[in-house]
Amino acid sequence: MAKQTPVQDDSPGIERFETLPRKILTVWLPLFVFCFVLLFPFYWMAITSVKPNHQLTNYRDYSPFWVVQPTLDHIRYLLFETSYPRWLWNTIIVAVASTFISLLASVFAAYAIERLRFRGSRVTGLLIFLAYLVPPSILFIPLAFIVYQVGIFDSRLALILTYPTFLIPFCTWLLMGYFRSIPYELEESALVDGATRWQILTRIVLPLAVPGLISAGIFAFTLSWNEFIYALTFISSSENKTIPVGVLTELVRGDIYEWGALMSGALLGSLPVVILYSFFVDYYVSSMTGAVKE
Amino acid sequence: MTSPDTLTPAAPRPSRWRRLVESRGGLGLLFMLPAAVFLLCFLTYPLGLGVWLGFTDTRIGRTGSFIGLENYQWLADDPVFWLSVFNTMLYTTVASVLKFGLGLWLALLLNRNLRFKNFFRAIILLPWVVPTVLSALAFWWIYDSQFSIISWVLMSLGIIDAPINFLGDPWNARWSVIAANVWRGIPFVAISLLAGLQTIPQSLNEAAAIDGATAWQRFTKVTLPLLTPIIAVVMTFSVLFTFTDFQLIYVLTRGGPVNATHLMATLSFQRAIPGGQLGEGAAIAVAMIPFLLAAILFSFFGLQRRKWQQGND
Repeated sequence: MAKQTPVQDDSPGIERFETLPRKILTVWLPLFVFCFVLLFPFYWMAITSVKPNHQLTNYRDYSPFWVVQPTLDHIRYLLFETSYPRWLWNTIIVAVASTFISLLASVFAAYAIERLRFRGSRVTGLLIFLAYLVPPSILFIPLAFIVYQVGIFDSRLALILTYPTFLIPFCTWLLMGYFRSIPYELEESALVDGATRWQILTRIVLPLAVPGLISAGIFAFTLSWNEFIYALTFISSSENKTIPVGVLTELVRGDIYEWGALMSGALLGSLPVVILYSFFVDYYVSSMTGAVKE
Repeated sequence: MTSPDTLTPAAPRPSRWRRLVESRGGLGLLFMLPAAVFLLCFLTYPLGLGVWLGFTDTRIGRTGSFIGLENYQWLADDPVFWLSVFNTMLYTTVASVLKFGLGLWLALLLNRNLRFKNFFRAIILLPWVVPTVLSALAFWWIYDSQFSIISWVLMSLGIIDAPINFLGDPWNARWSVIAANVWRGIPFVAISLLAGLQTIPQSLNEAAAIDGATAWQRFTKVTLPLLTPIIAVVMTFSVLFTFTDFQLIYVLTRGGPVNATHLMATLSFQRAIPGGQLGEGAAIAVAMIPFLLAAILFSFFGLQRRKWQQGND
């Protein structure tokens, strides 16, 4: 398939005929509205997590949009009086382990499908794509059944083993695209020089596919960090929960919502992926659009 | 050529290993093995098991027996199930249309020659990167029945007198969860379509402009046809994710008030895990499959069309 490369064209083109006031009205104004709406929930999350309790719901005496005397009480409560650190630790272990397993399996699978071209490789590629389209919300009931029967119910292992079901198809699909862009000639000349397939994979293909590995890796990490329905179904004891499940099921008690603690829980749980994201924006974009485009 | 292997006495095992590794099919099979084992054990098998469970009366802690179509007959008479089907349709249709419209608009804005374009692109993706459950919690707080910030702003502007009961009233709740879903889905649609827009050369637009096409004509006659293949794929994914959505509803309403916002996925969870009726839950999940197949076929033909447009591979 011919690869479409983005047209690098930074010249203003016909846009130069537009007047500035018109551009402000048709471009900048909508753009700022979009950004405001898309970012406001995060601002609200952040400001709530540092508001003292008496300011939280007192909109008459304090402006709701700002905070006087910010406090770290909610975060302190979260870190020292709940199992939050434990959930954080669980989430990290599960995300790292399942990402690692998925990457390992996907590298081999993608290389086999794209380059070894064994009989049936095209069908396998298509099946992998179809597997990517199977949503967790129709799999969680039978998976819960299986996890229970295997005897790993309510353990991190249950998540580590089930997350690759949606990570492997995605990573394989993405890596197939990257492997496809590596010229055949490199491999052929290595073959002629007597390299084995293993050497070709580890010394030639993988070093060239590092951007693809990073894309797939951080994306898989984010997906497993964000996963909810499996973690909700397979985990029942507090000490094995992941952040999304723990925050929702343990911090919400009765009818009195501790919004400060809830929002700091949400904020702290989002920060790791946001930080990771901020370092690898371009990789994220390429993996997201890559999965759609190929 | 002497490799270390040929010097040692030829044992049958290494030689068979070598043959396996040196044949294309054998090595391909070996390389596919880890992924295949995972996907067969935890994807294909559960998928089949799910269909089977739908035909049984399995409960948590008790293996059930085959009861044929009883679950489905039971569901066909269950108004809550049909309500969830209606909600899923409404949720998917409205949210997808809005996501497409707003996402395309945002993509077109970002495709222009702007200062800080990369910065905008980066912050716009944030709602999509942050765990859904955690941003849904923020929405839960924003939709609070007493201290909602939206109600407060509207009240201080004098537009309404009493706080809006966002999640307590059936229709309010439906629109609120749709809004949250659109908020979360716009970045994916916008950034994917932006990637598609960037493959369209500006010169086409310029040529059309010189021929006297208005901006609207340029959009409908040049940009949109060239973008159609990617729109098909992006929207298939978007429909798929929206249709099978679980997290947002579970956090915001748990299907309430009085089942008014139950989607098929949340109803299936509700019946299977807290309710213990694994068989019935599985039947609801299986009932989602026809719609998913329709979406996948749609995507498949979208891809085909793209290939055809590019000429032969």
